[in-house]
This record gives sequence, C-alpha cells and structure tokens, in this order.
Amino acid sequence: MKYETVIGLEVHSELKTKSKIFCGCTTAFGGDPNTHVCPVCLGLPGVLPVINKRVVEFAIKAGLAMNCEILPFSKFDRKNYYYPDLPKNFQTSQYDLPICVNGHIDIEINGETKRIGITRIHMEEDAGKLVHSGDTITSSSSALVDYNRTGVPLIEIVSEPDMRSPEEAKLYLEKVKAILEYIDVSDCKMQEGSLRCDANISLRPVGQAEFGTKSELKNLNSFRSVQRGLEYEELRQAEILDEGGRVIQETRTWDEQQNVTKSLRSKEEAHDYRYFPEPDLVPIIVAPEWIEEIRATLPELPDARKHRLMDVYGLSAYDADMITMTRAMADYFDAVMEHTADAKTATNWLMGDVSAYLNNAGITITEFAVKPADLAQLVALINKGVLSSKLAKAVFEEMVASGKTPEAIVKEKGLEQISDQGALEAIVDETLAENPKSIEDFRAGKDRALGFLVGQIMKKTKGKANPAMINDMLKEKMK
Amino acid sequence: MELFKLTAHELHDKLVARETSSTEITRAIFDRIEKVEGQVQSYLTLTKDLAFEQAAAVDAALAKGEAISPLAGIPGALKDNLCTTGIRTSCASKMLEHFVPPYNATVVEKLAAEKAVFIGKVNMDEFAMGSSCENSAYQLTRNPWDLSVVPGGSSGGSAASVAACEAIWSLGSDTGGSIRQPASFTGTVGLKPTYGRVSRYGLVAFASSLDQIGPITRDVTDCALVMNAIAGHDHRDSTSVPGETPDFTKALGQNVKGLKIGLPTEYFGAGLDPQIDTVLQKAIRQLQDMGAEVVECSLPHTEYALSAYYLIATAEASSNLARYDGVGFGHRGAGDNIVDMYKRTRTEGFGAEVKRRIMLGTYALSSGYYDAYYLKAMKVRTLIKQDFDKAFEQVDVLLTPTAPTVAFKIGGIVDPLSMYLQDVCTIPINLAGVPALSMPCGFVNGLPVGMQLIGKPLDEMTLLRVAHAFEQQNDYHKQFAPLGGI
Repeated sequence: MKYETVIGLEVHSELKTKSKIFCGCTTAFGGDPNTHVCPVCLGLPGVLPVINKRVVEFAIKAGLAMNCEILPFSKFDRKNYYYPDLPKNFQTSQYDLPICVNGHIDIEINGETKRIGITRIHMEEDAGKLVHSGDTITSSSSALVDYNRTGVPLIEIVSEPDMRSPEEAKLYLEKVKAILEYIDVSDCKMQEGSLRCDANISLRPVGQAEFGTKSELKNLNSFRSVQRGLEYEELRQAEILDEGGRVIQETRTWDEQQNVTKSLRSKEEAHDYRYFPEPDLVPIIVAPEWIEEIRATLPELPDARKHRLMDVYGLSAYDADMITMTRAMADYFDAVMEHTADAKTATNWLMGDVSAYLNNAGITITEFAVKPADLAQLVALINKGVLSSKLAKAVFEEMVASGKTPEAIVKEKGLEQISDQGALEAIVDETLAENPKSIEDFRAGKDRALGFLVGQIMKKTKGKANPAMINDMLKEKMK
Repeated sequence: MELFKLTAHELHDKLVARETSSTEITRAIFDRIEKVEGQVQSYLTLTKDLAFEQAAAVDAALAKGEAISPLAGIPGALKDNLCTTGIRTSCASKMLEHFVPPYNATVVEKLAAEKAVFIGKVNMDEFAMGSSCENSAYQLTRNPWDLSVVPGGSSGGSAASVAACEAIWSLGSDTGGSIRQPASFTGTVGLKPTYGRVSRYGLVAFASSLDQIGPITRDVTDCALVMNAIAGHDHRDSTSVPGETPDFTKALGQNVKGLKIGLPTEYFGAGLDPQIDTVLQKAIRQLQDMGAEVVECSLPHTEYALSAYYLIATAEASSNLARYDGVGFGHRGAGDNIVDMYKRTRTEGFGAEVKRRIMLGTYALSSGYYDAYYLKAMKVRTLIKQDFDKAFEQVDVLLTPTAPTVAFKIGGIVDPLSMYLQDVCTIPINLAGVPALSMPCGFVNGLPVGMQLIGKPLDEMTLLRVAHAFEQQNDYHKQFAPLGGI
C-alpha cells in the first residue's frame, strides 16, 4: 500500500464508583428515568459541585497502570456547549492540566511488541440520555431526557497517533479494556456505554513525515465497529487521495446498518468550547504519598501476568494472551494451578471446552459453576488414565449440569476407565477367542483388524477400557 | 419607640426580658410594610404565613423559658437569589418567574436553625447584574431617603427594606459591590466577607469566583450577629474556608488606638465627588482623634480593576447562565426545534443587561480572544491581589469611599459604562477576595455617604472593631429615612 495509516483513539470509560463525580447520587445503571438525580446533578440554580475523592483515586490508578506521570497539581475546567442532555450546558472536565500525562501501553502485533503512547488521562462528568419519540432523530417530533447518567464519573484516555492499522487500534482498545478491568475501576461494557471510543484517522504517503488531514470517527459502539469503521475510513480516504483529491477535516459517524461513515460536521462547524477554569472547584493537589498508596493497590497487570504464565508454566505466548485477556479468566487459571501441575491440559480445557461452554451459555467465567479445584481434579483424572478424553467430556458436561466433583461423577456412573492389567487381559483373551478370523487378518497385514478388535473390547467394557493398554496387549498377543 | 425601628440586638434584649414577643415584632414589620411598601417596593415575595409560624415557635420557646439565639424571632429579608425551599426564587428575572427551589441555600438553613423569622424575598438587579436595582424584571425599588433616587444595587431590595424599617436585617450578595454600594446609598451597614467565609451553596451564581453572601443591617453589632449565624465551612461548597469561625461579636466594644489605617491614593482621585471627600476627611480625622494612625498608601493596579472585572465576571456569568435554556426548569419559549426553543427562551427570559454581559463573557472566552481578554484579566487579578498583600504589610485596614457618588436619580445613568463606574471602589476588593464593610459616615444633600473599610483576608474582626468604634462616636446609624411618618 502506498499510504500509511495513522490512528489515535480517545477512549471514555465510566468509573465504577458508588456515587457520582460531584454529588451523592448513585451511579447504578438502569433505574427508572430521573430517579438517580438531585439538585446538583440536575444543575439547578445555585448548586455547587464537590469532587468525589474516589474518582481522583480511580483516575490515578488508571494512570499508574498505563505508565503515566501523575500531575501533583491539576484542575477542572468548564467545556461550554449547548445540548439538552447536559443540564448546565457545560461539562466539567479537565483541559490544560489533566491528572495523568505521558503514559504508554504495549500491544502484541504479528508476534512483536508495539508501544502506543498515552497523551493524557483526564476526569470529567458524563451527560444524560435523550430518548427520541420517533425511530430516528430526524423523524422524531420530541425527545425526553433521562438525567440518571448525568454526573457519572468518566475518564478520557487519549492516545498518541501511534497506531498504523485498524487492527492495531482494536488491539489497543482491547488492552485498555483489559487494564481497566484488571485494576477494577470500570465495568468496560461497550454495549452499556461504560466504554466508548472515538477515533482520529488520517493517511499519508509512505515515507512522509507530516500527518495527513484527519477525520474524527464517532459512534464506534463495539470492538467490531472500531475495526470496521476504521477500515472503511481508510479505504474512503485512500480513494480520495488516489483521485488526487483532498481529505476534508471533519467529524464523521459510523453507520452500523449501512457499513459506511457519514459526515456529521466540518471543521468550520466545530464547537468552540470556550474552556476556562471551573471556579466552583479548587485545584487538585495530589501528595506523592497518596500516589504511592494507590500504586501499592495495583494488581498484577495483563502484560506481567502473561509473562509470568509463560515463564512459570511454560505457556505459549498465544495461550498466555488468551488466558490473561480478562482478569477473571487469569484468576481462574491461577486457582486451577493451585491444584494441578499440568498447565498445558488445564489451558487446553479453559480455552477449549470451558470457553465454548461459556460462549454458548452467554456467561463469563465469574458466573461459571465449576470450581477451579474441580477442574484440576478432572485434569488429574485424565492424567492418571482414569478418564479418556471422550469420557472426560461427558464428565465435564455432568459437572456443569450438577455441580458435582468429577470423582463423584466417575464413581456414581461407574465411568472409571479399566486400566487393571489382569482385568483387561481377561477381556482381551475372550475377544481374541471369539474372533479367530481377525487374528488371521492382522497377521496377514490387515491393520483394520486391530481396530475392529479394539471396537469389540470397547463395546464389552462400555468404552471404559484403557485404549492404549488394550492396543499394546492385542499387538503382543497376536505377534 | 416603634418595634420596627429597633435593631436585632435591642429586640433580642426585649424578647429575653419578655417585654415583647416575636409575633408582635413580626406584626410591627408587616404593618410597616403595609404602610411604606407601596412607595419603596423592596419585596418581590412576602412569606407572611411562614413568618408568623416562625415567630410563634420562638414565642413558644420563650414561654417555656428556653434560651434563644440572638437572631431568634427577629424578622429579616432574603435577596431573591438565595434559594428557599418551597418559596419562589426569581433572581428578579422573567427566566425564573415560577421557579420554586426544592432546597435551601446553606445560609437560609443556618438562619432557620437560629430560628430567625423570614419576612420575604427582596428585589435586586436581574441575576445580580447592576448597580441600581433598575434591572429588575419586576419592579423599581426606591431609596427610602429620597423616593426619586435609586437604592443602589444589585442588593437594592435588601438595603431598602432595612433602611425603610421593613426588615430588621437582610442578606445580600456581593460580586463587585452589590452589598456595599446599596448599603452606602441607604445609610446601612453592609459587609462583604472574605471569599469563602460564607457558603455560596444555594446562591444563584452570577460570577462564582467573586460572589459572596453577606449581611445588611442597621448597625455594626447586628452585622456581627448575622455573620455569626451565616459564616463557616460548608462541605457542599468546595471554595468555603475550612477551620474555625471566630465569634464576630468579640470585635465589638474595643478602641482603635495604635491601629494603622491606610488611605489608598487611587481611591481619592478625580472621579470622587468633592462633597463625599469632605465627609470622608472628617471621618478620617475622627478616627485619628480616636487614636488610629492614618497613612497614605498605594494600590497601583487599581485602574485596571474595572476592565479585568468586567471580563472575568462576564466570562463566568456566560457559563453560569447557560443552564437557563428552557429544558429542565424556568421559562420556556415556544420553538419548532431545540435551537429555536433555546433562542426564544433566552430572548424572552433575560433582560438587556444580562444579555449584554452574557455576550461580553462569551466573546472574552472565545477561541482566539481568550489570551487577550480572559487570561490577561486573570493576570491583572493576580497583580491586584498582590497590591493588597503589599498594602497590608504596612497597614491593618484600608479606608476608602464605598461609591464615588451618593445615590443617583432613578433613570439618571443610562450608559452602561457609566453605570459600571459606580463599582470602581468596590470591585478590586472582590478581585482580591478580601473582606470589606460599608458603613454610614455622613450625608451629602440629605443622602447617606458610605465609608468602606477593607481588611486582610479572613480579618473581618478588625473591620468590625474599627466600624463599631467609629459608630460609637456618631449617630448616623440612629437616623431614619424620612418615610411613612418617621
């Protein structure tokens, strides 16, 4: 390709504090419209904001997890614009002195590590929600406003223009989400809007140092739309440039139904937000001791955890990535490993049958009924030769359904694999005696005969005979 | 003497001595209102039922022999930009004509806890923008000393109600002189406390970094009593000062011997009415005779204060007043779509001065102008603050005129810029955040003249000390506006 793509992301994440950023109202999602409100978040005349300390703490935690510098002096500013979901017609945000600056996170692309810079992380309040009377905004004659979300705390994470493809953008967003989940400051549910993303994208001829003209992409409501919207925009801009045209600086929206981006407003129509320092709040002075206290609460982060799984358990980079994608899965893995030494089998089960089951059931690992110790027990039963892989699957299904331990299920259903030398020998001898023709065939070089005999033995034992042992015995006896 | 002519502390003594009751006092006030309100027009809303209920509660407490606080049972007036639960709070604007807050301002809560009696809500310049009370969307409040002149503004109703004996005390708010200039025009005592001394929670914001609530009273003792009731840290106002609040009455009854009083030359310059200067010079000599040391000093950046103020205050106002859009509360204009509705709402709801300031402030914050206007104004503000810091290294208090003239004729100042010059002596104090008090110190052509005392940050005590000592040597505070048979 003759163009290089340049992408930067602005990620908004709702913080999971109990109360809102500037008042005591609950941040709970849902609730009847306008029930989680008070004079402060409704912006009634005369009210004043008071900063929720937990919001500052969570923002600092996010900054530390993303390798940011925490500014000892930061402040809030007002971003002025009119919109009916914004009761004061200004958003209290941070402009020139955000709480966190100059950070980075790493992504893995094509087996290599790539560092993406984080320009800043700042705190701000969320707006309310408009409910339109019609199917679309343009066909609606009226709108209702629900202020429950007004004042829910947000952090905005602004990246450097360091991504070079839509895939990198998606990987970056996944990493941001993973980190926020690991440090437990956000639910990061894109479908509920607790994680939102805007993207800036521009193209430039390969080798050119200056950036091309960018467009800002909005309404990217899922990881899929981030990648697809950017892919569309990449092609659209390339076509314009190919035809000798010029990309216009504008804000565009991703239309998920039609799979296109559409112009929202041009640079000329862009808002003048008239930022100025929020006079109703005092500057935020962060003591170094507080930063260290917060740093001490940081858990092991996705990258460190991944490398530990590779170093300690010998997992492949791919497996370790998959296991550490969410903190809950990684925690589950670690819990399983407390009861078994076989990381490979445990990983295969988590990434295979367990993940498949979770996907089908539409639940996460935190809601998974099987205890880590029980999964480890299943691994142990396989390793001891008690369960064949086929039997293990059946037992797993039973574990999920009944919540019983694998040992209990094996005992109850008599599923135990027969590995007793004497018992197997008797069955093998009996089978050989019943099938003299097969012995002849085998000796004549027909390998199929062996398979037939194994099948007969399995039938007699209802699949419980240890297949490796009977294979060896049959071959030995027919020599 | 008629009850309505007494001060809060005199009435308190009578209540405690059981010589009168709060109900009698309250009735006296409403009778007085009946008599003179037609001429003065201080009140936008009267809360008669509430007042008598509150009075009865205090009388019941007294009957049981309970001790009462100094303002218990004493009727007062609240500026109509202080939120009152269940009582219309209009800010003298069409925009909030029917706005009934679901909550009380912190100062209202505190006064209610003291069992003070609320007579009603008083007139003001719309959203506290003005210096004459002529910018009210509802009515013209007149100066009780001369019904053809203004009471000052924006707390014109607060000052006029006290001067006309329609209230014993009142609360105003002061962003650039809105307590002190009306106090000066009506011969009352008005205090703008240090920024942060009194909680702003529930005060409808004009310019958040400059607004302060303060008392307007007949004498200095009452000023201290109201301050005792309303001052103090409030967890709902992040800009309110933490820590202990002094007992302001401890400043009373002392002398001024050895106290250093500074006269900033910039305040006694060309714009000052020579007759006012004469009155002030007499007051200054009096203070010298009382043992104070008087020195000249300088606040060199004073000339830039007015310009800086009208950028900072309007910038903040343009944002603070953005919420009046017809969506959630207040006036809503008809419109086919949201933008039309916004435009109609704000065109119909705001008066000319409010619109002028919103436009000024919007311009000052606009991209490309921010550095030249807002940012530069903020730098000037820092220099002005430093002027005061330096002056206070030399002196204990500063003394200046409160306003360059006495109260002017209604309709006498039409040009907005001339009106803004009314605040030339009071504005720097808000920019610096320091406390200042205006008290009567004489008359010119039968109209009161105000003397402004300016103190160090959080040093309201020294202001009250000087003011009370001066008051004891004079009887300006015992003179009444010639109105309604007085």
